[in-house]
Amino acid sequence: MLLKSTLMKWLGLVVAVFLLIGFMCASVIYGYTDTSWQMAIDSFTHYNGSNEHIIIQTVRIPRAFIAAAVGASLAIAGVLMQTLTKNPLASPGIFGINAGAGLAVVTAMTLFSVHNMQGFNALAFLGATVAAISVYVIGSIGREGLTPIKLTLAGAAISAMFSSFTQALLVLDEALLDQVLFWLAGSVSGRKLETLVSVLPYMGIGWFGALLISGKMNVLAMGEDVAKGLGLNTGLVKISIGVLVVLLAGASVAVAGPIGFVGMVVPHITRSITGIDHRWVIPYAGVIGAILLLAADIAARYILMPSEIPVGVMTAIIGTPFFIYIARRGFNAR
Amino acid sequence: MSRYRNFRLFKGKLSLLADRKAALICLILFVITFAVFVISTGSGEMKIDPLTVVKVLFGAGPEMETLVIHSFRLPRIIVALMVGISLAVAGGILQGMIRNPLASPDVLGITGGAAVCVVGFLSLFSDKNHSLTVSIAWLPLAAFIGACAVGLLVYLLAWKNGVSPIRLVLIGIGISALMQALTTLLMVTGPVYQASQANIWLTGTVYGSNWKNVSILVPWAVIFFIIAIAAAKLLNLQELGDDVATGLGDKVQKHRFLLLILSTALIGISVAFAGAIGFVGLMAPHMARRLVGSSFGALLPASALIGGILVMLADLVGRTLFSPLEVPAGVFNAGIGAPYFIYLLFKTRNA
Repeated sequence: MLLKSTLMKWLGLVVAVFLLIGFMCASVIYGYTDTSWQMAIDSFTHYNGSNEHIIIQTVRIPRAFIAAAVGASLAIAGVLMQTLTKNPLASPGIFGINAGAGLAVVTAMTLFSVHNMQGFNALAFLGATVAAISVYVIGSIGREGLTPIKLTLAGAAISAMFSSFTQALLVLDEALLDQVLFWLAGSVSGRKLETLVSVLPYMGIGWFGALLISGKMNVLAMGEDVAKGLGLNTGLVKISIGVLVVLLAGASVAVAGPIGFVGMVVPHITRSITGIDHRWVIPYAGVIGAILLLAADIAARYILMPSEIPVGVMTAIIGTPFFIYIARRGFNAR
Repeated sequence: MSRYRNFRLFKGKLSLLADRKAALICLILFVITFAVFVISTGSGEMKIDPLTVVKVLFGAGPEMETLVIHSFRLPRIIVALMVGISLAVAGGILQGMIRNPLASPDVLGITGGAAVCVVGFLSLFSDKNHSLTVSIAWLPLAAFIGACAVGLLVYLLAWKNGVSPIRLVLIGIGISALMQALTTLLMVTGPVYQASQANIWLTGTVYGSNWKNVSILVPWAVIFFIIAIAAAKLLNLQELGDDVATGLGDKVQKHRFLLLILSTALIGISVAFAGAIGFVGLMAPHMARRLVGSSFGALLPASALIGGILVMLADLVGRTLFSPLEVPAGVFNAGIGAPYFIYLLFKTRNA
């Protein structure tokens, strides 16, 4: 734990927020089309319709906001899942939630020709919910109840199943492949601000709900029996955590497609900074998640200049070594 | 009558214990496999009745039918059979070694590794007119290298004073996520034409198999299959768990490595020719286990036959049901595999 006193934690959070703002500005300015700070400010004060101003207003700014919101949501969802399942590898990607939402959206496009944003959102939520519930149920049936290993395997298997269905649908409809490929890889570019606005209510509920429930999560983290003994309605808390996870992960997938590993990596980074008190972990995770995804997105623009790689690929490349480190360390050494 | 029958060969130097029931079931499965083989050979644009097919197979059929069967149908069906066998045996080995019913080539990322190499191959050796600059015959080699490299990588990363099955699975899951990301990256950066090419391969199909494929695939599949049967004894030990197996004098780590190599090789040769046909490696060993019990000497042959049947049937349905449209075999395997998988998860909840 890096920051010990409460004062330090507040200061740290303020610094993190400034860092976040810095990264958002960087995300607006850097990229294939060269722009400067001055231009970005001008595009608000003296909008002149030039190429750079249009790019800043319609491409870069939505992209920065979307990356930040999605990063924060995925990171908070990861914290919630890791506490709920007591599994350090838990995250929307590993547990099949992303794959479920992906399948739902591709099914809608191929079989029911849904192309509007509302339809996308509803279906992404539906897919995320179905996947989350099935992984949780499959992971917890049996004598020993919910064990981290069973849950991880169930998640991997469910996502293998959903992605093979997605692939099958795409084989049958080749024209669609082109449209959804970039979405399926996870990307925050090329989305309009309205896309974000349409899911922002769900994300907002997710963020504030997570903050409200953070105290109870501290109690839950002590273990089921202790939590019950302390008078916590564990069933209710678990269900609310589940609902929040689906809201956050479903909304993120609807906007940006399945972006993996942010939800797994950020909680670990955060806990090493703040300790295990969820009242601090959740806000920190939100900010750090946003910073991480913004950074990954900026890097994704430069690696294969002039073409971009999807940010979901970036996070996977950053996240896999981390995943392997955690997996090698084992589950019991906390 | 006892359940088992003893065989002592070479004056007791080699002895076998055969399970009567399992032997009978394997025989029945063999007959079914043959029946499916014949029916599949007879179905398609031109219907040929089973009797004629058998005649053609033994070289005594009418000329027209012989031509159709030999040049179009047979290579494809043989590839389907061999791929099914290899995948099923590989799945059986992995499940025994990892001692978890959910372990399969897909979950461990081995097929993912092959996929990266194939998509990479397609985009690296294509020119501007979307035609390959090198022969497509090299594609299987790329797939094989990919599968082996990832198999080794997973093994090395899971090594920490020995390899525990759980760590192997977890690392496999992580690596397979990475492989998926890399595949997507290659597909996104390449032209769309390639993406759809690659996507068909990723789903798995035996379309376009020829005698050259058969002549490469069959010897390897047979060799690895025989090695696998010979290794059944090791698998029986592995399934007891590290402590018991070590107590019984088994070199657990060494044998685990050999078994992983063996299953990777089996997966490698099958994805090389038919792409990433999913769920066979998961389903077949399970079905076999229900039929013949969990002794690997009987389990591996039974699951091999079931795997062969599954892929041949998937291919048969895929090319006849929506004819003239071809649906890749992998689509049907996912269609049967996924519900079976859910059922399996429910059944093995106490495992």
